[in-house]
Amino acid sequence: MTTSNPPINTSAGTISGNRGLQLEEPLIFEMDVPGRSGVDLPDVPKHKERLAGMKRKGAVGLPGLAESQVVRHYTKLSQKNYAIDMSVYPLGSCTMKHNPRINEKIARLPGIADLHPMQPVSTVQGALELIDTLAHWLKTLTGMPAVAMSPAAGAHGELCGMLTIRAAQLAKGDARKRILVPESAHGTNPATAASIGYEVDPVPADERGRVDLAAFKAKLGPDVAGTMITNPNTCGLFENDIIDIADAVHGAGGYFYCDGANFNAIVGRVRPGDLGVDAMHINLHKTFSTPHGGGGPGSGPVVLSEALAPYAPLPYVVHGANGFDLVEHDGGKSFGRLKGFHGQMGMFSRALSYILSHGADGLRQVSGDAVLNANYLQASLRSDLSVAFPGTCMHEALFNDDFLEGTGVTTLDFAKAMIDEGYHPMTMYFPLVVHGALLMEPTETESKDGLDRYIEVVQGLARRAKAGDAAYFHGAPYHTPRRRLDETLAARQPILRWKPEETKKAAE
Amino acid sequence: MRFLPLTEPDRKAMLAKVGAPSVESLYADVPNGALLTAPITGLSNHMPEMEVERFIGAMAQKNIGTNAAPSFLGAGAYRHHIPAAVDHLIQRGEFLTSYTPYQPEVAQGTLQYLFEFQTQVALLTGMDVANASMYDGATATTEAVAMANRITRRKKAVISGGLHPHYREVVETHGRHTGFETVSAPLDAAGKEDLAKHLGPDVSCVVVQNPSFFGHIHDFTKLAEAVHAAGALLIVAVTEVVSLGLLTPPGEMGADIVVAEGQSIGNPLGFGGPYVGLFAVREKFVRQMPGRVTGQTTDVDGRRGWVLTLSTREQHIRREKATSNICTNSGLCALAFTIHMTLLGEAGLNQLAALNHATASNLADRLATVPGVKLLNESFFNEFTLELSKPAIGVVEALAKKRILGGVPVARLVPGKEAEKLLLIAATELTTEAEMAALVAGLKEVLA
Repeated sequence: MTTSNPPINTSAGTISGNRGLQLEEPLIFEMDVPGRSGVDLPDVPKHKERLAGMKRKGAVGLPGLAESQVVRHYTKLSQKNYAIDMSVYPLGSCTMKHNPRINEKIARLPGIADLHPMQPVSTVQGALELIDTLAHWLKTLTGMPAVAMSPAAGAHGELCGMLTIRAAQLAKGDARKRILVPESAHGTNPATAASIGYEVDPVPADERGRVDLAAFKAKLGPDVAGTMITNPNTCGLFENDIIDIADAVHGAGGYFYCDGANFNAIVGRVRPGDLGVDAMHINLHKTFSTPHGGGGPGSGPVVLSEALAPYAPLPYVVHGANGFDLVEHDGGKSFGRLKGFHGQMGMFSRALSYILSHGADGLRQVSGDAVLNANYLQASLRSDLSVAFPGTCMHEALFNDDFLEGTGVTTLDFAKAMIDEGYHPMTMYFPLVVHGALLMEPTETESKDGLDRYIEVVQGLARRAKAGDAAYFHGAPYHTPRRRLDETLAARQPILRWKPEETKKAAE
Repeated sequence: MRFLPLTEPDRKAMLAKVGAPSVESLYADVPNGALLTAPITGLSNHMPEMEVERFIGAMAQKNIGTNAAPSFLGAGAYRHHIPAAVDHLIQRGEFLTSYTPYQPEVAQGTLQYLFEFQTQVALLTGMDVANASMYDGATATTEAVAMANRITRRKKAVISGGLHPHYREVVETHGRHTGFETVSAPLDAAGKEDLAKHLGPDVSCVVVQNPSFFGHIHDFTKLAEAVHAAGALLIVAVTEVVSLGLLTPPGEMGADIVVAEGQSIGNPLGFGGPYVGLFAVREKFVRQMPGRVTGQTTDVDGRRGWVLTLSTREQHIRREKATSNICTNSGLCALAFTIHMTLLGEAGLNQLAALNHATASNLADRLATVPGVKLLNESFFNEFTLELSKPAIGVVEALAKKRILGGVPVARLVPGKEAEKLLLIAATELTTEAEMAALVAGLKEVLA
């Protein structure tokens, strides 16, 4: 006998606000039970108090939670995130590749994770050897004679490189004030140059998405300190005039700073030192796969030419009489210290692990497969999307929004619809030289079958947009823990921390 | 190659789709001669996982880790116990392998913990708001000086002789190259300096540290008044955030910007990085604050959620007009910090701080009985300065030969005669009776 159940209204909300595995989660401050704690510590021994009368009078205001609650809280938060561990993360210019777990294990080895930066160098010979070994391979892979290891991230590396250039010019009594930066550059390039007092002079792109060589040459002059150029550039293209550019800037007495954010496309195949580069940062969190961790930490060593090497920041590792030594003070030409201690050791150990795991043959395969994957995406999407520039690309494929013309769907809408399909969107509206840009970087760690599924989705969405289903796109995403968020409200009335009254207001 | 899924048949099929004869042909734009035709030399081919462990493990074994020997090092990096849950949770792939939360609908996890982190930092420092973290304490300090220069439209920073020398050097580097002046007070080992005398109409900020590099605990209330009367801002740096569980926070002394090194909570020593810079300010300065910030908002269904906000300050929007060139923060280290702080809670942090102070206080009493040792501090939290009868660098080397990591010689950071005999000693909740006894015995021998 069959029973007939009443029809279920599937659109009704749940009592809890949860939707199956999508679990609502309050702030830790809303779970507070005073006196509760997630740690047990030993009793405080008898002692003489020496606090100069400055003992804290009020409570900090931290909430009390037990370990079980803390583990659930962060587990539930983690489940609201997209990650490379789930699927394709085609965020162009960010190189979201698989993070090998051996790297995590290596970084946590006793004798690495528990070293204090100020131990006597005699007790950290292995750590200095590790830094020196990584430095050696970074120099070898880039064809450059020196490397500054301490910068904490890409933009910090840019700062390091530009300060080195500035110091070298000042040492010659040749103060210069202008830096040529292509319009397609990452925002960090002009921000870095401006932060140390340079005037940023933008260089237009030509119709092939490259630096306009004639315009570049026309801007050169005795006041030009140098240029900051990303190669392969942010349009995903190799600057084929790169040697002419380098010669021209050198001819004018300037230096060539290369933004190495896109080194993944050429690692093991092209050495920037062969292209006339004077300084270049390497984002270890991109090419060498140290985890992005929700926005850091990064690491941005800067390789330097012979001419710039003497001006590198402190500290640095040298081969001394009794093994490795660390130069922390110097009356020489160094431009100074850029960061506390010695650099991002935890990223160095991961990057070295990555380099050894891949080896000379694997690193070549990394760049080759990254470029092949991007070209496969571009070729497969060519008829449904609009490719920004003709020809093959390097490690990322750039599209403009011509294919959306007249559909009422914007690049942003398209990106939000990709989220519902289970994909993190590509980079949107960057580089600025392309209208409504969609920049896709699949990286070498995606399989062909994985890319085929992704391509099918993107094609399907493009066809859906062209079929006139704009309203669907305007409403997307539908299936995420939160739907489109009001960024204007957030900026106009900033609520940047929890306060009891504001939480109450929001709940009303 | 275990990380690379493409097979030869895949590549063939993909090249056919692209219409290219070979992968090499995709590099046609590379100038003649610059394209390598073979793998780089010297590096071995890809290594099995076990060999990588062996190779780097051998380097690790050449070091003496702080967990393998009695250790009393501090000077801005401290060895604390990290609850097991912290490392377990930060290794969840959804945290570890996600990017900066540019697409908030699929990054609410990151955004919510950053919002909680910002709140914790504001509470700890006694300030109104905080950003989503910086690279480390030293870079946070120089960003604070740059911010004070922007707000006051002045270009001269006064730096305490009690500020961590690396922090001072990083600020001086930026000063030299970005066009502001720095007045660095002499080393203040005694904790008695008077900075008010450096104030003037051109001073943008005064940078102090609490507890100072030498360990002294200060009340900056009067200094803050003098600084404000001169139209400048007070920047307070904290290199040991555990101290904030026991001490009056800088916000209650009138600080305008508080910067801190957050390593002590949740993050291993790791030979100096990656660490996490904390940055907190008064509400009125929020639009001049550098770095990423998370803000609360609502979604189209009216539900509470979080986004990155105030991005019109930032480089990806403002380019050469940005408040800072910073793009990356220290997200995963901030996550470790916030998880550890959540585990501690009010009660746990209070007890942790009390335990640190008690341990250090007892160690100071014992060391003061050693011939040739003089304790310079009347006040301190978990680190103090000793004046020895011999140069401290040699003493520390001699202790290392006995497998004791006996503190940080000040001359390691500030070379020269002045600080030659000064030694910084730190103790934490991890310091045991046996370790203290070992240090006392070791120092007696070395100083004899």
